[in-house]
Amino acid sequence: MLRQIEGSRAVAETVALCRPEVVCAYPISPQTHIIEAVGVMVKAGELAPCEFINVESEFAAMSVAIGASAAGARAYTATASQGLLYMMEAVYNAAGLGLPIVMTLANRAIGAPINIWNDHSDAMAVRDAGWIQLFAETNQEAADLHVQAFRLAEELSVPVMVCMDGFILTHAVEGVDILDQSVVDAFLPPYEPRQVLDVSDPVSIGAMVGPEAFEEVRYLAHLRQLDALVRIPVIAAEFAQATGRESGGLVRSYRTEDADVIIVALGSVLGTIKDAVDIRREAGERVGVVGITTFRPFPSEAVRTALAGANRIVVIEKAFSVGVGGVLSTDVAISMHGEQFELRSVVAGLGGRNITRRSLEELIARAVSGDLEALTFLDLDHGAVNRERERMASARRSGPSAENLLRDRDRGPVAATWVKEES
Amino acid sequence: MERPFAITLDVGSSRSNHTGSWRVERPVYVDRLPPCNNACPAGENIQGWLYEAESGNYEGAWRKLVEENPLPAIMGRICFHPCETACNRVQVDEAVGINAVERFLGDIAIEKGWTIPEAGVDTGKRILVVGAGPAGLSATYHLRRLGHQVRLVDSSAQLGGMMRYGIPAYRLPRAILDAEIARIIAMGVEVELNYVVHDIDKERKAGGFDAVFLAVGAQLGRRVSIPAGDSSRVIDAVSFLHQVADDDPPLLGRRVVVYGGGDTAFDAARTAKRLGATEAVIVYRRNRERMGAHSVELEQAEVEGITVRWLSTVNRFESEQMVLEKMRLNAEGFPEPTGEYEELDADALVLALGQDTDLSLLDQAKDVVVRNGVVEVEATMMTGENGVFAGGDVVPTDRTATIAVGHGKRAAFGIDAYVNGRDVPEKVRHDLATFERLNTWYYADAPRTKRPELERIRRQGTFDEVIGGLTEENALFEARRCLSCGNCFECDNCFGVCPDNAVIKLGPSQRYQFDYDFCKGCGICVKECPCGAIEMVPEKI
Amino acid sequence: MTTQPVHFYQIGSFAVGNRLVDDADRTVQSNANRTNSIDSGHRACQGCGEALGARYALDAAMRATGGKIVAVNATGCLEVFSTPYPETSWRIPWLHSLFGNAPAVATGVAAALRVKGKTDVRVVGQAGDGGTVDIGFGCLSGMFERNDDVLFICYDNEGYMNTGVQRSAATPPAARTATTEAVGPEPGNSFGQGKDVPRIAMAHDIPYVATATVADLHDLERKVERAMSMRGARYLHVFVPCPLGWGSASNETIHLARLAKETGLFPVFEAEHGVVTNVSTIRHQVPVEEYLKLQRRYAHLFGKNPRPDIIERLQLIADQNIARYGLVVDDDDSKEVTA
Repeated sequence: MLRQIEGSRAVAETVALCRPEVVCAYPISPQTHIIEAVGVMVKAGELAPCEFINVESEFAAMSVAIGASAAGARAYTATASQGLLYMMEAVYNAAGLGLPIVMTLANRAIGAPINIWNDHSDAMAVRDAGWIQLFAETNQEAADLHVQAFRLAEELSVPVMVCMDGFILTHAVEGVDILDQSVVDAFLPPYEPRQVLDVSDPVSIGAMVGPEAFEEVRYLAHLRQLDALVRIPVIAAEFAQATGRESGGLVRSYRTEDADVIIVALGSVLGTIKDAVDIRREAGERVGVVGITTFRPFPSEAVRTALAGANRIVVIEKAFSVGVGGVLSTDVAISMHGEQFELRSVVAGLGGRNITRRSLEELIARAVSGDLEALTFLDLDHGAVNRERERMASARRSGPSAENLLRDRDRGPVAATWVKEES
Repeated sequence: MERPFAITLDVGSSRSNHTGSWRVERPVYVDRLPPCNNACPAGENIQGWLYEAESGNYEGAWRKLVEENPLPAIMGRICFHPCETACNRVQVDEAVGINAVERFLGDIAIEKGWTIPEAGVDTGKRILVVGAGPAGLSATYHLRRLGHQVRLVDSSAQLGGMMRYGIPAYRLPRAILDAEIARIIAMGVEVELNYVVHDIDKERKAGGFDAVFLAVGAQLGRRVSIPAGDSSRVIDAVSFLHQVADDDPPLLGRRVVVYGGGDTAFDAARTAKRLGATEAVIVYRRNRERMGAHSVELEQAEVEGITVRWLSTVNRFESEQMVLEKMRLNAEGFPEPTGEYEELDADALVLALGQDTDLSLLDQAKDVVVRNGVVEVEATMMTGENGVFAGGDVVPTDRTATIAVGHGKRAAFGIDAYVNGRDVPEKVRHDLATFERLNTWYYADAPRTKRPELERIRRQGTFDEVIGGLTEENALFEARRCLSCGNCFECDNCFGVCPDNAVIKLGPSQRYQFDYDFCKGCGICVKECPCGAIEMVPEKI
Repeated sequence: MTTQPVHFYQIGSFAVGNRLVDDADRTVQSNANRTNSIDSGHRACQGCGEALGARYALDAAMRATGGKIVAVNATGCLEVFSTPYPETSWRIPWLHSLFGNAPAVATGVAAALRVKGKTDVRVVGQAGDGGTVDIGFGCLSGMFERNDDVLFICYDNEGYMNTGVQRSAATPPAARTATTEAVGPEPGNSFGQGKDVPRIAMAHDIPYVATATVADLHDLERKVERAMSMRGARYLHVFVPCPLGWGSASNETIHLARLAKETGLFPVFEAEHGVVTNVSTIRHQVPVEEYLKLQRRYAHLFGKNPRPDIIERLQLIADQNIARYGLVVDDDDSKEVTA
């Protein structure tokens, strides 16, 4: 049923349809609305049998999920940013133990400086943890991906992280079709664990593995992720058959047929990019878009196919590896190994900065004309940066950059823009 | 279930990892000689019968007891229990009341009519036992069990030797004595009383005996020359006690002085008191610490109103007047005269200065070596003459009934070997279970059970038994105070404390076994074994 | 006539077994068919107190639950020596996740069991002192506060032994570890308040908190049984000497645990809903030297340059424990002969 609904609410209701058995909650913006909504449903008895556990930290949240999953329960939690890093050790552990936990990641920047707004730094920080990471473009997709995530996780005994942009999606109210329980039940069978703590068939889970087998264990995890690349499109297709809706999958192309320049991105920004592309198309530029839904495992073959024919690839990323540049860019470059192409990385929207259609149009124009540098920071206030660099050069103790920039903001043009756009 | 590779493992798979290879020392179970057993002159397996008694199996306990000693009810009264002196529990609180439990077992056996083992299959060998005291009776018992025929002769009118004629009835009631002797005689023994053997060789030859056991005891009271008036009544303690036992006590008067410091002196004084003496005084030339008598005798005597003049000798005794000379101990601890005198009113003097043997029956037995009035014997109790054995007070020893019982047993086995023309098999003696080897933490705190004692007033005119027996409850308690020094009593400690589960419990009375596949040799089992029945030995590497 | 109680069983309740008492009154460990929750072949050091404590506690829990427990284990010696691939020593369902999260993982298992309607299956979380009082403390406190249905057992060997004997918040003052070496004017671990987790656990008002040692099996088993008779968060802190970390002889493990209790340095008690309900009084009180001198981690207090001043401060700690819990009972009447 299509409803005008907040993204978090849509996800919460969809998670509820997946009949989670243990839900662990620890508040962190911007995922709080999801877990609050699930909590209400559990407390009201609508999800029985389901345990809703208010834990004392994200580390405990993931740990409780680990215990629950190992004991055979369908476990769910949600987090963001610092919370994800605080549970990092357990995130790796859940993957290593092969526990099919599903977690929503309401993508948010990582401090310091502390920042509650959206970017993809958190997701990128755990890209090597062994989780499947799916990125939602819309709230509808965010909701739908959770149903597919439980199915995928439990089929493969691999945890799945559904990434949705904090605030931009989580707090946005738009039309979302919430599935019928019967549809979800038909699509998602009850959890049958690969391994379980069972007094009638005791096993020891979580052995210490030395050099003699560790590499094999990791390689098996890798193979399992590669299996996911096969299963994800199948599951997405089945989902489409069951719901009549295209959600999930590996990658999604938009106007790439004859594209000379293809823009690659993750998440909600794809909508804005598509608008910009439409405008540039009208101006006669041959540009297209490839959205990557499955970031981990990385769908190299699908990306290669989607980008075939493009001479110039522009990867717009809401995160970067400090001192290197784009993260997604590197994965794209590796996928395109052996092809003739130019790759341009654009870092954009960090810490919640708006990525405007106008900026994207200019960016595309520069890309088409070949004026784009290898690494671009979109809408960077060079003046503010240069002033701080001068301070640092002149005074050894110039103070923290963040505070300096904020002081500048009260005087400078960047701040004015930022404040206006945010409000 | 499909197990994820290396992440998930099947239970108990570590048993393929034999950690026993780490070991440099291995624990082994041992049996050690408990100090009580080691100290028992009669060779009783005290710990063994206490073990049975601990679980309330009194008949089993008694049966184990009479394997070695057929006189438990007697021993339970008159033995001075060196076992208790040796008992390791002394160092925890107080010795286990072994003697009291022994008496309990002896009494319950009489009460219930439990029978001692039957005589063995007849060997056709004939043994002459001369003297029916504890040594002779013990030898008779074991000889009969071994299947030998026994002729038991004694010069007195009744069986029992010094147990009857030296030990007063208040210490050993005659009914008890009679009951335990009767059991032995009932095994089939040819008894002749009032029979004096004058020449041992002649007697042996005439009777066609394959061997002889000589256990005539030390029946002669030692006399010393004390100036005494004709009218003064002087008697030796042996004769005095013998006459009392024959129900023909001599008249001693109201004030009786007993001269001597051994157990017999106390027996005489306490007997005199019971015969009506208002004053019974023991005169002894040394002090309390150097007294020969067992301290329990002194304690009992003092309760009964007997006084002791320490460091005194009797100088003369004339006309109801006794003169004592005070003594002092020299540097070596020997008494020396001081030249100081004091007087004491007395009606009679009983000399309890020791006993001598009457060995005139050996005058013709040239191979039997007699030295210092006693017969020399080898370990088997055989004298210098083949086939002639001797034991009890006639051989060099402390003269106690329990030692005599031990001699009788040893002689019986010596005789058995002799008549069969073989050597006495050597007994394996384990190392002593010393206190240091115990871990006494594990034993519950439990002070010794006191035996009830007869009220003082009833001790004065009667020969009622002074010391009572334990109730069943108390006997059980007392038996359970045993520490089982040096021998496993299946407390499960080793089984429980092993961090590697490397001890296998074999089941009741089967004890345990080490699983050396997994034992790492940490030694906790040794350290925590309450009774010291495990030790570490180096691995051969 | 003097009378004595008959209920006296030679070794009383001090030894593991006792042939003189009924089977029902014997310990789990005396039973030839005990679970052996942690089986032979594990790689614990010779004389490991933790291996022993774990078997004692878990076997008792197995008996108390009719064989229905699931164990969650923190990283540490117990985990490493029991489950090196490809061998495991456990005979019960067992899960190891991380160093600091065992209480939370146990919460998750308990939640799953409740959801699945398997409330007859009980959860035991276990960790060493590092995994309990330090890195796992947040999760532990959370589990307590929520009153999750978990018995959490800390096997306290007073340091990070698995990583090579470093200090933890459970390391006692003056003890030498690799990070509190016996150098300087205050050799060994510093004197401080320590982190008394049993008392902190009590402050959560959880149904049951108890301490125990591997030296008193009957007490330990009784406490596990009591704990398993309750629902909600329960905490058992078991003192387990470590021959490697303490520099003690491998055969001294139980002896040292006994001395820790008998000196008063490790108070043994139990509490329900935040109130102390029982203390194990000292049977044969000994000065702390008797305990300290058996361990090389305290060697700097003895020998050529002895530190009686430091020993005195340690004795003070014991005395304070004795006073706090009433560990010494003077009255002879209160001593039970029956044991």
